[in-house]
Amino acid sequence: MTRLEPTAAAAPHSPDRDEVVLALDALDTLWLQVGGTLCNLACRHCFISCGPRNDSHAFMDVAAAAAALRDAEARGVKDIYFTGGEPFLHPQIRELIDLALAVGPLTILTNGMLIDAAMAAWLRERFDASRYSLELRVSLDGTSARSNDPVRGRGTFTAIVEALQRLAAVGLSPVVTVTEVDGVDAGSRERFAQLLRDAGLRQPRLKFLAPFRIGREARRGRPYDPSERLTHEAVDAQGLAALQCASSRMVTARGVWPCPILIDDDGARLGDALGDGLRPIALRSPACHTCYVEGVTCRT
Amino acid sequence: MSNVSGRTTTDRASARVAIFGGVYNNHVSLAAVIRDARERGATELYCLGDMGGFGPSPDRVFPLLRDAGVVCVQGNYDHSVGNDLDDCACGYTDPRDNAFAQISYDYTVARTSDANKAWLRALPPSIRREWGGRRVLLAHGSPRRTNEFLWESATSDAFLRRLLDDHDADALFVTHTGIHWTRELDDCRVVVNVGAIGRPANDGRTEVWYSLVDVDSEAGSLRAAHVPVAYDHESLAREMLEEGLPDEFVETILTGWWTTCLEILPAKERTRGRY
Repeated sequence: MTRLEPTAAAAPHSPDRDEVVLALDALDTLWLQVGGTLCNLACRHCFISCGPRNDSHAFMDVAAAAAALRDAEARGVKDIYFTGGEPFLHPQIRELIDLALAVGPLTILTNGMLIDAAMAAWLRERFDASRYSLELRVSLDGTSARSNDPVRGRGTFTAIVEALQRLAAVGLSPVVTVTEVDGVDAGSRERFAQLLRDAGLRQPRLKFLAPFRIGREARRGRPYDPSERLTHEAVDAQGLAALQCASSRMVTARGVWPCPILIDDDGARLGDALGDGLRPIALRSPACHTCYVEGVTCRT
Repeated sequence: MSNVSGRTTTDRASARVAIFGGVYNNHVSLAAVIRDARERGATELYCLGDMGGFGPSPDRVFPLLRDAGVVCVQGNYDHSVGNDLDDCACGYTDPRDNAFAQISYDYTVARTSDANKAWLRALPPSIRREWGGRRVLLAHGSPRRTNEFLWESATSDAFLRRLLDDHDADALFVTHTGIHWTRELDDCRVVVNVGAIGRPANDGRTEVWYSLVDVDSEAGSLRAAHVPVAYDHESLAREMLEEGLPDEFVETILTGWWTTCLEILPAKERTRGRY
C-alpha cells in the first residue's frame, strides 16, 4: 500500500481552532518551481512577483528536481507540472523535461517568448517520442496589445502570439491561459479562440483563471479583504477534496510548499524535501479563499 | 454499496470474457457488440457503466443488457440518472463541454423510466473477480473515483501501480474516457481502458471498441485485446436527428471524430483528433 497517511506532525504553525486544516489525500501531482521566481517578464498581476531580478527562489538544480521526481514516483504520482518564473530561462530545461517525461505526463507553464524555432522543434520531437503527454500552457491576458501589454509588459502581446505561431508551425497545440484581471465578458472566449485560430492553432485550447490578490496583483488590482478567509462555516468536505492542495505539493529550490501560489509565504513552507511536506496544511492564506470560492485549480 | 465479488465460469481452464463500457444510449452498437462478443466465444459479458447520454431513446439499452445477462458496474451517469441528480457528474471543466453534457443529461434523465432508474441505482460501483489466479477489478473511471479520467497519455505507470496496490488488484479494467488503451506494467500487472461502445474513439473511424479477455487458468494469464465493431451507425444518426439531438453529436457518429467533450482531452489524444 502506498496510500499516504497524514503524519502526526502539526500543520505549519499550530492551527488555531478557526483555521481550516486539510490533509493530503494522496500525491497525485508534483509541481516543480524549476524557474524559481526568475522571469523574463514582470507581469503586474504576478502573485509571486516574479521578474528578472527576483531570485527569492532560484532555478532548481537538476539533482534536486531529479530527487523530487524519484520520491514522487515512489509515491505513485500521476502527473508533473513545471512552472516559475519562466521555466525556459533555465539553462538545463531540456534535461529537466526529459527527466519528468520519464516519470509521467508533464505540463509546462510558460509565457512562450523564449521558445524559438529550434526549441519548438525539439519540443515537438519530445512530444512525439514520449508515451506521456507533454503539455504547454502559454499565458496571454488579452486579445490585443492594448489589453495584454499593460498587464504583461510592452511588446509582449506580439511576442507571445509569435511564440504561438512557432508552436503551431510544428503542430503543437498549447493551452492558452488567461488571467481574468478585469473580468471576462460573454464574448471573451470566442475572441481568444479566434486569435488562436489566426495564429495557426487548429485546436484552440483555453483556460481562464481568477487572479490571486497577492504579490503584485494586490497592488495592480486590490488586496484581499479581511473577510476573504476560509472558515469552517464556509467549507464542506466535497469542496475541500476538490482543492488542488488535497492531492499535490510544490517543490522549489528552497523546499516544499502546499501549492504554486503560496511560495512567497514563508509560513506556508512545509519542509526541505518532498517527504517532509506531506502533512496536513492550514488553509489560512486569503488565496485559499480564491481557490475554494472560484473553484480554481492550477492544473490544466 | 458493496462491491460484487466471486468466482465465475472463468474458473474453467480457459475462457473468453467481453468487457465494454460507455453505452451512451447507443442501442444499435450495443446489440452489435453483444452479437460480436457471442460470435467470438465470449461466455461472460461485463459493462463498466454509463448506459446513458449522447444517443437516443435511453430505455432501449436496458432490455438488451438484461436479456444478454450482462453484468454491470455503475458509472457516474448511472448514479446521476438513477438518483435524478441535476447533472451527469462527468467531470468536465470547460463551459462548452458542460453545456453539451447537460443537453445529453437532461434528455436522458427525462426519458429513462422509473424502473430503469431503480435498476441503475442498484448497480455496484465495482466488481471483483479472480480469473486465472489473478485478482481482477472492474470499475468505471478509476477504482478510487467513479468520474476519474484515466487517459493513456496522462496516467503514469507509478500512479497505476498505486491504484493496483491500494485496491488489491493484479488487473484493472475501466472506461469513462471513451478511448481504449492497455498498459502492461513491469511487474506483469495490467490496466485496460476498454473504451466506449456508444460513440467512436475520435479516430476517424465509425466503429466502436470493446475488449475481449482470454483467461488461461493453467498458465495464470490474462490477455486483453481491443476489438472494433461496425454497426449501422447511419440508422443511429437518423434516430438521433429525429429525437432532436445536437448536430454535433450526429457528426461524431457519422465521422468518427469527436466534436464535444474535447477540452478534457490531454495533448496527445487531442492532437490525434480533427477538432
